[in-house]
Amino acid sequence: MLIYEHSRPGRNGAPQAPVSKADLSDIPPELLRRGRAGLPEVSELQAVRHYTRLSKKNFSIDTHFYPLGSCTMKYNPRACNSLAMLPGFLSRHPLTPDRHSQGFLACMYELQSMLCEAMGMTAFSLAPMAGAQGEFAGIKMISAYHKANNDDARKEILVPDAAHGTNPATATMCGYSVREIPTLDSGDVDFEALQTAVGPQTAGLMLTNPSTLGVFERQIEKIAAIVHEAGGLLYYDGANLNAILGKIRPGDMGFDVIHTNLHKTFSTPHGGGGPGSGAVGVADRLKPFLPLPIVADDNGNYRRLTEQDAPRSIGHLSAFMGNAGVLIRAYIYMRLLGKAGMERVAEFATLNANYMMAEAKRRGFQLAIPERRASHEFIITLKKEASEFHVTAMDFAKRLLDLGYHAPTTYFPLLVPECLLIEPTESEAKEALDGFMDALEQIRGEARNHPEIVTTAPHTLPVKRLDEVSAARKLDLAWKAEPPA
Amino acid sequence: MLETIGIRNTDELFEEIPSHLKVSGLEGIPQGMTEMEVSRLMHQRAAENRQAVCFIGAGAYEHHIPAAVWQLTTRGEYYTAYTPYQAEASQGTLQLTYEFQSMITALTDMDVSNASLYDGASALAEAVLMAVRGNRKSKSRRIIIPRTVHPAYRKTADTIVSGQNIELVEVDYDRASGTVQLDAIKQAAGDDITAVVIQQPSFFGTLEDVDAITDWAHQNNALVISITNPLSIAVLKPPGQWGGNGADIACGDGQPLGAPLSSGGPYYGFLCCSKALVRQMPGRIVGRTTDVDGKEGFVLTLQAREQHIRRSKATSNICTNQGLVVTASTIHMAILGPQGLENTAAACHANTRELVAQLSTIDGVRTAFNGPIFHESVLLLDRPADEVLEALIAQGILGGYDLAADYPELGSAILVCATELRTEEDMMAYRTELQAILAVETRHKETA
Repeated sequence: MLIYEHSRPGRNGAPQAPVSKADLSDIPPELLRRGRAGLPEVSELQAVRHYTRLSKKNFSIDTHFYPLGSCTMKYNPRACNSLAMLPGFLSRHPLTPDRHSQGFLACMYELQSMLCEAMGMTAFSLAPMAGAQGEFAGIKMISAYHKANNDDARKEILVPDAAHGTNPATATMCGYSVREIPTLDSGDVDFEALQTAVGPQTAGLMLTNPSTLGVFERQIEKIAAIVHEAGGLLYYDGANLNAILGKIRPGDMGFDVIHTNLHKTFSTPHGGGGPGSGAVGVADRLKPFLPLPIVADDNGNYRRLTEQDAPRSIGHLSAFMGNAGVLIRAYIYMRLLGKAGMERVAEFATLNANYMMAEAKRRGFQLAIPERRASHEFIITLKKEASEFHVTAMDFAKRLLDLGYHAPTTYFPLLVPECLLIEPTESEAKEALDGFMDALEQIRGEARNHPEIVTTAPHTLPVKRLDEVSAARKLDLAWKAEPPA
Repeated sequence: MLETIGIRNTDELFEEIPSHLKVSGLEGIPQGMTEMEVSRLMHQRAAENRQAVCFIGAGAYEHHIPAAVWQLTTRGEYYTAYTPYQAEASQGTLQLTYEFQSMITALTDMDVSNASLYDGASALAEAVLMAVRGNRKSKSRRIIIPRTVHPAYRKTADTIVSGQNIELVEVDYDRASGTVQLDAIKQAAGDDITAVVIQQPSFFGTLEDVDAITDWAHQNNALVISITNPLSIAVLKPPGQWGGNGADIACGDGQPLGAPLSSGGPYYGFLCCSKALVRQMPGRIVGRTTDVDGKEGFVLTLQAREQHIRRSKATSNICTNQGLVVTASTIHMAILGPQGLENTAAACHANTRELVAQLSTIDGVRTAFNGPIFHESVLLLDRPADEVLEALIAQGILGGYDLAADYPELGSAILVCATELRTEEDMMAYRTELQAILAVETRHKETA
């Protein structure tokens, strides 16, 4: 039932708004609204009950295991939220002068410094508001760098075919054409193909390492060398940082610019789709181009750099300072973990993934890249089950929901047929991992004996499978009041 | 677990990584803290931000937010949920987003909305890109952006669209009214213009002639991109009602509808458009449909526009949006309802008028522009704005936003705003302090 269906004319949460003193006589009538906005009219209790009930129709980390590859759904400590919501942070207007905002800016400065250390980069900007905006900032910096060198011939960004969709979409937004590099069965980039593709037209290469196939790119030094020799730069997509945090740093691998997804690696909540943060870090040569604002330490006084300080910056990506509240949460998380905690992240995330992979193999599931060590995630291909039982990876995913597990990422990366990309994160206990593997086995049994249970799943959720085709054909994107009869 | 994997220790998990590249430890990271210790630290840091009575708006407004809004929003089921790709396990987020789309389209009087962009400034950038894709009658890729549009929005749009061979044409404002004149737009437009951006109320709080500009743009095959404060359109004419046919694209920042100031974010950008442009829309969109039993349900739809399907040919690279803030905003709008939003907007307007009336009785303070304002106004001071604002903050008053950097031609000018949260006493205190500061400085000047 929609909130609109609870609506009755004249009802409202009266104590929540000032008593009307609507004197709009100074505004020309032709600039005023015609007719009241069609918003629901409900009591506060009705709204509270409605949205509490709706929340129960969601899976979430707090209620379910989310082994969602490439998205790092780890536990979000509650302290990060409650401390970020202290009135001293929430009530700070973004245009408050810096000298009266030293507490906030100190957190931002230290966050920049900790990210530099953990990533092996020279400088960080916290401006980008999500991974995709971090990618945008990164490629824009690469573009600004080449422009500053009067190097106008570089029109192409190289992207492995296993890459996230945001990579090629970002390159396009920055005015580049995209050239895809194939991936070998081993999961490594096809180096020969890369060698052929690299040249004076190459602006840069975007790489995720470990790749979206859940394996570490072993030729990374050779790749960095060949791109750099050709005058291109190396971009690191930070989606899979959880696999290497505290073990190896993108800067040491030769990357010139990276974005981090603070809502993945540093545990800020996904919030049903956002907000995120895509802080960007750079090596020396890209430092002048970092997006603004950046927080600097002037002898113990923190201040935000402006265009006057950084005339070659690519500029601003938001009206103020990006997703500041998200940044505070990431800062708190890093302070809670500290050095030892952060060094353990990749260790436990990788241990959990490799344990699940070994269990999957033991239980007779086919691995996409069986000969390799998993990173923080791994891929099962259900090709065999699909052909024998006529049950797809999507069916498995939907049936998992019935059994109380959020589905892994399905059909990505696009290279592996009928795939499940599984990422347990470091947060989960062994029992959760075993429970998930038991569920997968149960579903395979069902697929063999009663495939209709699987192909028509889910059965226990608020709705069954939804008609996406008619949703796209007969667009219903907003509730409209029935016209009066 | 090690045994199952067939290894002796966790180091073996990383054996594929070249050993000379590995780090032995993160030396520059401080040691971890307990929750108690971190709590102490953060309380201290929060206290180091000076608390002051806020008279700054300039794109971020301090409003009352019902207690229920963030209590509900931070329920784990919303706070820790993922993007609703698995629709059956995400009906809460999906239905809520559909309700958001319903409310924001009702407020803007537009046909469709997406599920949010990052903030108002980046939403403007996406609106510009969308207009360039959507206006097939225009070849010029030239967009008119008056200087009455928020300076930070103009900067952000420039950063984001500049790689795509698009020209943002700045048009100056009329010094007397603080609005952009249609004649100035016509002059800048030349033969072919792709779209005209109008912010209402303008960055100065002045009111643009939106009907005339919209109609002129449409007669000249240009699209109209509106930027509005979504609270203001509870009483002001919404974009869908501008001119004869309404704006084509409506964007802005959703912050006034339930997001705390929070140093500038997270807020959310809203983006609405006419039906004709829906396939040019960036970002996620939720649609209502049915399940196999005919029961109502909600899904992400028109995904073929998006990066995870269309890759380099997508309408935008956006993936993560501002879902949680949209959750808060939807609950906020539901609790306030149309009457509550109307009363709030009217109270902000009344307070700002009251403040401006009070302050402009002081010697050395006058309003910058003639003509109507909404919710925000520019005041001219006969002393340097930065010094006056600094003296005010020492008295616990954030007196306004200094316009010197973006509008040096105005001289010493500040942008002030008093939302519904400001009381008579707050405004009297501001008047008293400002008067005292200006008087002291006048005396200093006389003795010097």
